[in-house]
Amino acid sequence: MSENSIDHLVKMANQIAAGVPVAGTEAKVDGTASHINKFWTPLMKQQISDFVSRGGEGLTPVAAEAVARLSN
Amino acid sequence: MLQYYEPEKDFGTPPSLATETVGLMIDGVAVDVPVGTSVMRAASEVGIKIPKLCATDSLEAFGSCRMCMVEIQGRKGYPASCTTPAEEGMVVNTQTDKVAGLRRNVMELYISDHPLDCLTCPTNGNCELQDTAGEVGLREVRYGYEGNNHLDAEKDQSNPYFTFDPSKCIVCSRCVRACEETQGTFALTIDGRGFESKVSPSQNEDFMASECVSCGACVAACPTATLTENTIINLGQPEHSVITTCAYCGVGCAFKAEMRGNTVVNMTPWKDGKANEGHACVKGRFAFGYATHQDRITSPMIRDSIDDPWQEVSWDEAFGFAADRLRETQQKYGPNSIGGISSSRCTNEEVWLVQKMVRAGFGNNNIDTCARVCHSPTGYGLKTTLGESAGTQSFASVAKSDVIIVMGANPTDAHPVFASRLKKRLREGAKLIVVDPRKIQLVDAPHVKADFHLQVRPGTNVAFINAMAHVIVTEGLEAKAFIAERCETPTYDQWAAFIGDKQQSPEATESITGIPAADVREAARLFATGGNGAIYYGLGVTEHSQGSTTVMGIANLAMLTGNIGREGVGVNPLRGQNNVQGSCDMGSFPHELPGYRHISDGETRGTFERDWNVSLDAEPGLRIPNMFDAAIDGDFKGLYCHGEDIAQSDPNTHHVEAALSSLDCLIVQDLFLNETAKFAHVFLPGSSFLEKDGTFTNAERRISPVRQAMPPQAGLADWEATMGLAKALGVDMHYDHPSEIMDEIARLTPTFTGVSYDRLDELGSIQWPCNEANPDGTPTMHIDEFVRGKGFFAVTEFTPTDERATRKFPLLLTTGRILSQYNVGAQTRRTENNSWHDEDILEIHPHDAEERGIKDGDWGGIQSRVGDTVLRVKVSENVQPGVVYTTFHHPFSGANVVTTDNSDWATNCPEYKVTAVQVSKVVAPSSWQDRQKKFNEQQLELLKGAKRRDETARQPG
Ligand code: SF4
Ligand code: SF4
Ligand code: SF4
Ligand code: FES
Repeated sequence: MSENSIDHLVKMANQIAAGVPVAGTEAKVDGTASHINKFWTPLMKQQISDFVSRGGEGLTPVAAEAVARLSN
Repeated sequence: MLQYYEPEKDFGTPPSLATETVGLMIDGVAVDVPVGTSVMRAASEVGIKIPKLCATDSLEAFGSCRMCMVEIQGRKGYPASCTTPAEEGMVVNTQTDKVAGLRRNVMELYISDHPLDCLTCPTNGNCELQDTAGEVGLREVRYGYEGNNHLDAEKDQSNPYFTFDPSKCIVCSRCVRACEETQGTFALTIDGRGFESKVSPSQNEDFMASECVSCGACVAACPTATLTENTIINLGQPEHSVITTCAYCGVGCAFKAEMRGNTVVNMTPWKDGKANEGHACVKGRFAFGYATHQDRITSPMIRDSIDDPWQEVSWDEAFGFAADRLRETQQKYGPNSIGGISSSRCTNEEVWLVQKMVRAGFGNNNIDTCARVCHSPTGYGLKTTLGESAGTQSFASVAKSDVIIVMGANPTDAHPVFASRLKKRLREGAKLIVVDPRKIQLVDAPHVKADFHLQVRPGTNVAFINAMAHVIVTEGLEAKAFIAERCETPTYDQWAAFIGDKQQSPEATESITGIPAADVREAARLFATGGNGAIYYGLGVTEHSQGSTTVMGIANLAMLTGNIGREGVGVNPLRGQNNVQGSCDMGSFPHELPGYRHISDGETRGTFERDWNVSLDAEPGLRIPNMFDAAIDGDFKGLYCHGEDIAQSDPNTHHVEAALSSLDCLIVQDLFLNETAKFAHVFLPGSSFLEKDGTFTNAERRISPVRQAMPPQAGLADWEATMGLAKALGVDMHYDHPSEIMDEIARLTPTFTGVSYDRLDELGSIQWPCNEANPDGTPTMHIDEFVRGKGFFAVTEFTPTDERATRKFPLLLTTGRILSQYNVGAQTRRTENNSWHDEDILEIHPHDAEERGIKDGDWGGIQSRVGDTVLRVKVSENVQPGVVYTTFHHPFSGANVVTTDNSDWATNCPEYKVTAVQVSKVVAPSSWQDRQKKFNEQQLELLKGAKRRDETARQPG
């Protein structure tokens, strides 16, 4: 996939992490993971998970943690 | 519901809403009517028609013509029945020798100054003056035409849709009152007195130059041929009519399509239509000519590559070609390499079929709808907080509101018929808070003035809505009992702690939003304490990177003040296109089955699998912007685009064009060769709303019938075309009529269980949920309980958008709409509506213009980080310094070449409302515009080729 597309996914994940409408880090991580799960295609989830396993540079801590939870 | 043409019954004066009744005798018939009913209406209720001229039941009685005189026992004189309220025990005589004589005299005076050209008059056969002359038995006119008269008065033909012929005017003021009471524009006055008096638009201007917005209310109200539709003048009176629903905006006005054979003669707003109650706007009322425009494409076409000329083929060939290409694509690139986009302009039944074809035929969930780019945040935000992805009220509810917030919406332009209701309530004294970066018309309209205009900086809505809630919570103005009873306590407590923090206060957010803290405080107090509070919002709320958050903030505010679950209050998204609500309801989103049920929910999926006899993918599919990314990556290669012009309407045109160009198979179904179709390999001609049966669902969740008035120009209605393609793909799909599709919708969607075409015929329209619990539908939602059970207060943290003004791009561009044009303009640009707006204009504040040496009428180059375009400039104080504004109704404007693909965090709804730009004075179009022009010419050439070949083929021998 192109760099442009992975940039988009990273940006989307970060936006979700900032936007989930709950208070507290734990709830945000949970909310982000479940949002991604609910709305992303399997390929997109795969791509972001692979990206995290390669270091996940550019993801905010909440987003990175949420993505890590996806693959579990 | 085909009917012979007959003007609707006119009761003379509006109904009284009182519950108490009075009993009286009219011509020996006993009548019971609500207190406040006029004698005229009471008579009409029992079938006694009193002659009248100045009265009509859409307007308050005026009492000027004296035609409706009656005798009332025990009363002196001959009171006007239209202005006399019925009283208990009254005995009325509507026809005595005396009143008959008096009426005849009055009529004689009118006719002595009226041309006697009835046979050649356009309203011959539908003229109240003529009918009334007949009713009163006028047989002679003793006063000749030698005296002063108005017979030579000049016609005003400036308006493209109606003609004003003052020689026929009887100065009954119905037009003036319609413009005031029904439309709320106050464009007309009666100028002069006595014999000199005449109807005049604004300050003796012609209609086009006046404030008139061409709604047609005066034309509908005029009892003579003075104000007449040009179509009636040109074509004659209709002979039958079909009741249907406007295909433009989300108000969903009901119309009578009045016909001669298969030709529409007139679109008359239907009095019994509950969304509009007999009113309309210039789009629905007059702009229907696009349906028969010469640009309509009426034959299916195919081509191998977008550089080839189009080839006209039969429907079956087109279906076969498309299906083969889609299957080949899937074989080559995998099952998920194709998808579909449905449109909010299409009927519920069509949208249902498109998502069914994608899920059952393509075998994936790559289905999305254009609601993605407008109101997807509404769906997400309201579902999260209240439990249902829909507005909570009927439009009529605004008549009971006391404080109204209009946020990021411009109802007088985008939802005109709702705006008329709103203005009526404001004239009665309700308070208005406008939240908008631009000075929209409601801020200062005739007889309407906003109590607050909070000029929020684009991109900072969340900070504003939080500040409102902060004031209410910290000043103890919240609806404590409502919150305790109706909302989740733990989440409320968490939220209250968040919102009570000083960070959310108006003082702390003033530098972000640009709104003076004191104004926010006052506005918040007014909303919390001013009685019934209602919030109406539009795309200025949703089309932001925090669109969903603002929607949730709005729902929070409504719950916080207890403004939900009864009439006069609520959260009311004003939907852009006619069927935004419906297309979302019908499962057009890639993660959701119809009725907003997640695709991973095995039980729901199972119901569909059994009904459709297929197995469905449990994973969400691609959203539109993800489709574009995947196309550019080479993973997504085939797209069926149904009634939606993504090349013009979606943001970042360069990106969209790159995506479309990389598809192996693009199938477009539309009325015209739109911008997207220029990249297509298969074109399936669409049918206009006049050519098919179906239903639309408006912003009030009202399902209204769309009925066929003329045969489809291309032979198949859209639902038949989709069915044809689906069958070619091997999907087991057969319907003889759209009513059978609705039966399937009802069978599989719990909120639609009680909906059927028979019930729609019976009730006129139905607001969902309509099921066992609510057999006649649900006008107001969340009455005793939220759909999700307890209301959820969402924590709405403000995150600034990436689109921030910088040194390089110091201005914020925001986009909007104009009354006369609709969306990408494909329809309205092909009507006389262009007389009002034939190009998109960039509005810029005088200060910013001066700094750049730009004057009114100059060309302005607009540059963002993704592209640039050129528009003509209007220097205007409607925008604040630092903000520029335009519309995107014309393809060559390229407004979306400039907008970026920054989008809402939850739904990917594009942030059309905020783009950081620079504006400079230029002399030539942008390079994109040049390229676009060439590409367009080339594509039209390729289209002409197709037509020529067809003509040759049709030559005999
Ligand atoms: S068309 Fe509408 S706005 Fe124009 S004068 Fe008539 S009522 Fe008023
Ligand atoms: S234009 Fe028609 S409605 Fe208006 S005053 Fe004249 S006759 Fe009456
Ligand atoms: S465009 Fe909207 S307001 Fe105008 S007639 Fe149609 S539905 Fe009604
Ligand atoms: S209809 Fe009653 S006074 Fe004109």
